[in-house]
Amino acid sequence: MELDSKAPTGPIETRWDRHRFNLKLVNPANKRKHTIIVVGTGLAGGSAAATLAELGYNVKCFCFQDSPRRAHSIAAQGGINAAKNYRNDGDSIYRLFYDTVKGGDFRSRESNVYRLAQISVNIIDQCVAQGVPFAREYSGYLDNRSFGGAQVSRTFYARGQTGQQLLLGAYQALERQIGAGQVEMHPRTEMLDLIVIDGKARGIVTRDLLTGKIESHLAEAVVLGTGGYGNLYYLSTNAKGSNATAIWRAHKRGALFANPCFTQIHPTCIPVSGEYQSKLTLMSESLRNDGRVWVPLKKGDKRPPYQIPENERDYYLERRYPSFGNLVPRDVASRNAKAVCDEGRGVGESGLAVFLDFRDAIERLGKHVIRERYGNLFDMYQRITGEDPYEVPMRIYPAIHYAMGGLWVDYNLMSTIAGLYVLGEANFSDHGANRLGASALMQGLADGYFVLPNTINDYLATTKLEKVDASHPAVREAETQVTCVTKRLLDIRGTRSVDSYHRELGKLLWEYCGMARTAEGLKYALSKIPEMRERFWSDVKVLGNGEELNQSLEKAGRVADFFELAELLCIDALHRNESCGGHFREEYQTPEGEAARDDQNYSYVAAWEFRGVGNPPELHQEPLEFEYVHPTQRSYK
Amino acid sequence: MRIVLHIWRQRNANDKGRMARYEVPNVNQEMSFLEMLDVLNEDLIARNEEPVAFDHDCREGICGMCGCMVNGVAHGPQPGTTLCQLHMRHFKDGDELYLEPWRARAFPVVKDLVVDRGAFDRLVAVGGFISATTGCAPDGNAILVPKEKAELSMDAAACIGCGACVAMCPNASASLFMGAKLAHLGLLPQGQPERYGRVAAMVAQAKAERFGACTNIGECEAVCPKEIKLEVIARMNRDFLKGSWTGRGALRDDAEEVSKKPLAGSRR
Ligand SMILES: Cc1cc2nc3c(=O)[nH]c(=O)nc-3n(C[C@H](O)[C@H](O)[C@H](O)COP(=O)(O)OP(=O)(O)OC[C@H]3O[C@@H](n4cnc5c(N)ncnc54)[C@H](O)[C@@H]3O)c2cc1C
Ligand code: FES
Repeated sequence: MELDSKAPTGPIETRWDRHRFNLKLVNPANKRKHTIIVVGTGLAGGSAAATLAELGYNVKCFCFQDSPRRAHSIAAQGGINAAKNYRNDGDSIYRLFYDTVKGGDFRSRESNVYRLAQISVNIIDQCVAQGVPFAREYSGYLDNRSFGGAQVSRTFYARGQTGQQLLLGAYQALERQIGAGQVEMHPRTEMLDLIVIDGKARGIVTRDLLTGKIESHLAEAVVLGTGGYGNLYYLSTNAKGSNATAIWRAHKRGALFANPCFTQIHPTCIPVSGEYQSKLTLMSESLRNDGRVWVPLKKGDKRPPYQIPENERDYYLERRYPSFGNLVPRDVASRNAKAVCDEGRGVGESGLAVFLDFRDAIERLGKHVIRERYGNLFDMYQRITGEDPYEVPMRIYPAIHYAMGGLWVDYNLMSTIAGLYVLGEANFSDHGANRLGASALMQGLADGYFVLPNTINDYLATTKLEKVDASHPAVREAETQVTCVTKRLLDIRGTRSVDSYHRELGKLLWEYCGMARTAEGLKYALSKIPEMRERFWSDVKVLGNGEELNQSLEKAGRVADFFELAELLCIDALHRNESCGGHFREEYQTPEGEAARDDQNYSYVAAWEFRGVGNPPELHQEPLEFEYVHPTQRSYK
Repeated sequence: MRIVLHIWRQRNANDKGRMARYEVPNVNQEMSFLEMLDVLNEDLIARNEEPVAFDHDCREGICGMCGCMVNGVAHGPQPGTTLCQLHMRHFKDGDELYLEPWRARAFPVVKDLVVDRGAFDRLVAVGGFISATTGCAPDGNAILVPKEKAELSMDAAACIGCGACVAMCPNASASLFMGAKLAHLGLLPQGQPERYGRVAAMVAQAKAERFGACTNIGECEAVCPKEIKLEVIARMNRDFLKGSWTGRGALRDDAEEVSKKPLAGSRR
């Protein structure tokens, strides 16, 4: 299969403009004749559904929560980047582009990233107009902060609730269109299959989570904004419901899956406290601006932190990276935390934590300043752990946070199935092997408000789409498939709960395909996963029936998909014989222990084609070229 | 520690429902409330009993999905805390807890502790927005917002739409929820053009959804996990009156009709 990225060439500054001009339009009267399905109501799906409806398309929109406002985007704390250069501190579209390509460790497509940086400025305007209450200065102008180690202040924020406020903006725009009858909203409805007819995406099969009814919905195009797959690892910072089912089932219908092994680990999360742990809570990265990370010098030193004198502490990030210190990027901070814990110097009961200490900052700035800066984060930490971070250092540990990988899309955000578009975290497009802080919100909204509504017209205008109805054999087949899987899960009546299997899978992945990976470990994981998957399918216990709200059944379907995706993740990680961004292979490191990329052999997007469960997938490569930002070794020393 | 739970079990909307008693013998101080329910559910599954259905997603106190009555108090005993952020260290060995779903006519029970809060979405659909079609916006800094206004707006915008306010209110009024949305948008310059039409439409819809009226009891404020202030209700009432006196509330003269029209696809 030839992967045509459709990325324009020529001067990068005008690529998007020229491309847009070349795209065909659909005239307003004809838009009314088209129906578009949008799955997902997060920043990506929500903004797309609202905007498509504003343009006059008929939209059918789906989410599994009880309201579109609850998509996982709601949880984003820190902020959203935009190259406004309101601070006059040297920022520009080009710099945001440059930072994102470099931060992604040279594994993203330049054209896409440049467009993202360009559109970033429109996003802020749009959100302000909708009434997003961004932080302001006394003068009434928009405030900014620097975030995630960026050297300019380009992050816009609404307290610690930026994702919530941006999502409410998109949600309200969506509700306006629902009220106007332009969007038909289906909450508590889960997409369980994609309907492909003549090689084109023509609809989806859903299960109504309240009545269990399995139904088909047909349309001229299907858009997935269904989020990331971090929950594959069981414990992650994602919401409990986040899952890969929509993209995985589309993958099984022919959409290639790109760079699955590029997963991001966030260094500052509240550590696991016990077996019952259900998720991990992120503590904003901004804490590293003032907190100092350390562990005891001696192994197994169980003294309370303040009894450990200065000369018996190891501020390992400051020691190893004198110029960036505690502000090294996420992947570097995470790996170092793991390394010191592996040496037996971790703290807390489990030994899987490091200290994030504010003692010096409090001494230097006073408690009130720290409270002003981080008050709500400190409260949250205290609420969860019962410890007061003003008095004792926080304990933190890395956790799975974000999926850079996802379905492969071209410059138009179309997958390898015609008429199937993928937006937001669900696609692989803009972050390469590592995402910078405050860039996911930007990408979701860029895709949904500004990219897709421009590119989808071209497809609808130039593609001949036959009329199809529910009696089409492909529709029947997909419905039957979904019905069978549901029934099969309910019929097993085995001995162990869905969660217990999910936990088992998560542990294996975290161990062998988490922060650091080796060929040997990956091979081991690959030998275990099929066996585990088989046990799952013969022994999982899902009680109740399929004709009513059945949360175990919902989970079972998602975990079944995780079992398949897990295998692909390990295959991808094993094939990529280099370290880059979030993918760290222990065999490939510099003498100082930093990630060693192999541009000669791996400067490509790995897009995998499904070949049946348990069969090796087929690799397709999209070569990456860097005309503007030339690959260098990232260094934070 | 050991916790005794009395939980409302109801198979579906048509079932009458009943309280059932369970014991969770091995509760750890560090667990969250929902993790305790997870442990109970694992136990029930092991005994071939159907697990308790409860809504949740983020488990970080922000999505607004979780919530039930704990001993008659929405989200339980800790102020400013959603159920998912409530930790077991606030309880003691042997405590008996009664868990019930939100009770309100506008929030029918779906199953066990799960209710249908679709009415909230419909309140927003009739006017809880600023009509800013994508692409029309001027530069972000072209609209100045005084800092104190932005802060007050943000205080109100923090609402997570969980429904605790309605559940706790003896009248099952949605006033705190609506007031929060109206204050969020009405405090900003961008929200001015539609300000009075917005309140008229939402109030009409609330009636259609059979939410009760507000009699200033204040239970809503007491249980709001985001500590939204009663002030927002006063603001809503003021805008409502002003809108009807001046006729500006009729800006959307289709408000009444919109409220009666079933919204396509949204559950009724
Ligand atoms: C704790 C946390 C903090 C973060 N902070 C930041 C930050 O400060 N800045 C930043 O830029 N990024 C941040 N991120 C990342 C960012 O929030 C996400 O990447 C982004 O919001 C994803 O948006 P999305 O629209 O792609 O997907 P989501 O918001 O995850 O939405 C997915 C949607 O798809 C629906 N869905 C999924 N599967 C199905 C199905 N099968 N059927 C029907 N519907 C389905 C869901 O119901 C939901 O509506 C953070 C992430 C986390 C976890
Ligand atoms: S689960 Fe999201 S607020 Fe409780």
